[in-house]
Amino acid sequence: MSWLIFAVVFWLVAWGVNSYAARVAGRNRWVRLFVPTLFGITVLVVWEAVIKGLQVSPIILPPPSAIGAKLASSLPVLWGDLVQTFFKGALSGYLIGCGAAVLVAVAIDRSPFLQRGLLPVGNFVAALPIVGIAPIMVMWFGFDWQSKAAVVVVMVFFPVLVNTVAGLSASDRMQRDLMATWGASYWQGLWKLRLPAAMPFIFNGLKIAGTLALIGAIVAEFFGSPTRGMGFRITAEIGQLGLDMIWAEIAVAALAGSAFYGLIALIERGVTFWHPSQRN
Amino acid sequence: MNRLLPILTVVAAIVVLWYGAAVWLNGPWVQDQAARAGVTVSGMDFVGQTMTQDRPVLPAPHQVIKGLYDGVAGQAITSKKSLIYHGWITLSGTLLGFVIGTGLGILLAVGIVHNKAMDLSVMPWAIASQMIPIIAIAPMLAVVMNSLGASGIVTKAIISAYLSFFPVVVGMVKGLRSPDAMQLDLLRTYSAGEATTLGKLRLPSSMPYLFASLKVGIAASLVGAIVGELNQPAGLGARLLSGSYYGQTVQIWAALFAAATMAALLVVGIGRIETVTLRRMGMAR
Repeated sequence: MSWLIFAVVFWLVAWGVNSYAARVAGRNRWVRLFVPTLFGITVLVVWEAVIKGLQVSPIILPPPSAIGAKLASSLPVLWGDLVQTFFKGALSGYLIGCGAAVLVAVAIDRSPFLQRGLLPVGNFVAALPIVGIAPIMVMWFGFDWQSKAAVVVVMVFFPVLVNTVAGLSASDRMQRDLMATWGASYWQGLWKLRLPAAMPFIFNGLKIAGTLALIGAIVAEFFGSPTRGMGFRITAEIGQLGLDMIWAEIAVAALAGSAFYGLIALIERGVTFWHPSQRN
Repeated sequence: MNRLLPILTVVAAIVVLWYGAAVWLNGPWVQDQAARAGVTVSGMDFVGQTMTQDRPVLPAPHQVIKGLYDGVAGQAITSKKSLIYHGWITLSGTLLGFVIGTGLGILLAVGIVHNKAMDLSVMPWAIASQMIPIIAIAPMLAVVMNSLGASGIVTKAIISAYLSFFPVVVGMVKGLRSPDAMQLDLLRTYSAGEATTLGKLRLPSSMPYLFASLKVGIAASLVGAIVGELNQPAGLGARLLSGSYYGQTVQIWAALFAAATMAALLVVGIGRIETVTLRRMGMAR
């Protein structure tokens, strides 16, 4: 009972602090960092206290402390899973898929006919539940990371293609005319004007694809995998009701996902430093 | 015609490539069978045999269409082999979850727009959650919900709701903030309260954003329902998994195309509602 009271009190106090901080100094940079952090801590504390207070079984929801302990004690296993799923499966598929999409976009750039044909098809495919091809890819490429990479390739291809094609037409008429008056060839125009101008669009596609890549690699492992990998660990631990391990995997997946996103955003800032959205 | 011709060309090219890939991928099996029987197959015979296998590596398009047709029209709709039966199970979970997720998402967005503390605390997490492979928790949620005694559709709906929730929150916050300062000031000069401003200005002007995120949300809901079905007895996701267990490739492809058709119909349906709504509100572009 005392745990429940503690949870309610902690929640009310944190809420009070956050409202006060937001009202008094909502524009301050440190406050903008502090408020969501306190919110996250509050969620964890209330979670822990409610589970202790109501004595929820750990096979329904383990407390964060147990998840943290599991995370710390099984780092080698988690690292192995991360390498298998993220670096081998998701990342290789991501690089192949995004590279192919950009190349195809450049290749069809000269043909408005192909663009008008491929864009609607690409938009259509991008909305489909492509993860469903996972069992087919597992059948074709075996249980190891190659099949996961293949799923990721298909998943990331169309969003990046559609965004790149849109980006390649983003430069102004005037800018293209300027290139023409300088006697620039098609390739010079592409390299010096239209590709740089397309970068904000391409990075938008790359960011969307980053999330999709991790989803694709994990879901593909639900359909068959070697005895390592995040998706494998999640399905295997479900059988043993090891929910703390599953939560640990999810925490790692969340960290890897945000770190990857952050990396893409960093590269974007370096490449598109000239774009208004990157200037403060 | 000017817009249709390129699309048809691309689709035709995909179908041709597909047939070529079917011959290429299924060919080794035909050769293998022929070598065992001590005969040689060649020419049209070879091509024909690559497209009539029971469990091809890659079914030819017409085999998939036949599988789809058999699943949709060839069975009683209560049959366990009917794609309509499985599709309905998936669709019901998707729609239930979508409605829950969208409703909660809109409510949270209204809260975020009106409460500074909530905005600062929740919004960064809502944005961060979009970079996280949330789908990884689907199998675990399914087990937990089962042990709590929830039925299959509720389990799926919760996963679907969870996946459609965050896109709607992020989109709606943007939409509810889209009226500019002039419009908000005008309502203040009318001495309109928060509730009136919400009903008469913020909600109407958020409609384009709402529909954009609904389209993302319904696609995410469907993916969630399919993944949530992987350890359930029925539904398109279960069809995919059982097909992959027993090597029934035609069944997998038919289920996949059924899911794709459903996704397309749902997105197009929302697009239709969007067009009508925006036109009635005088916001059509």
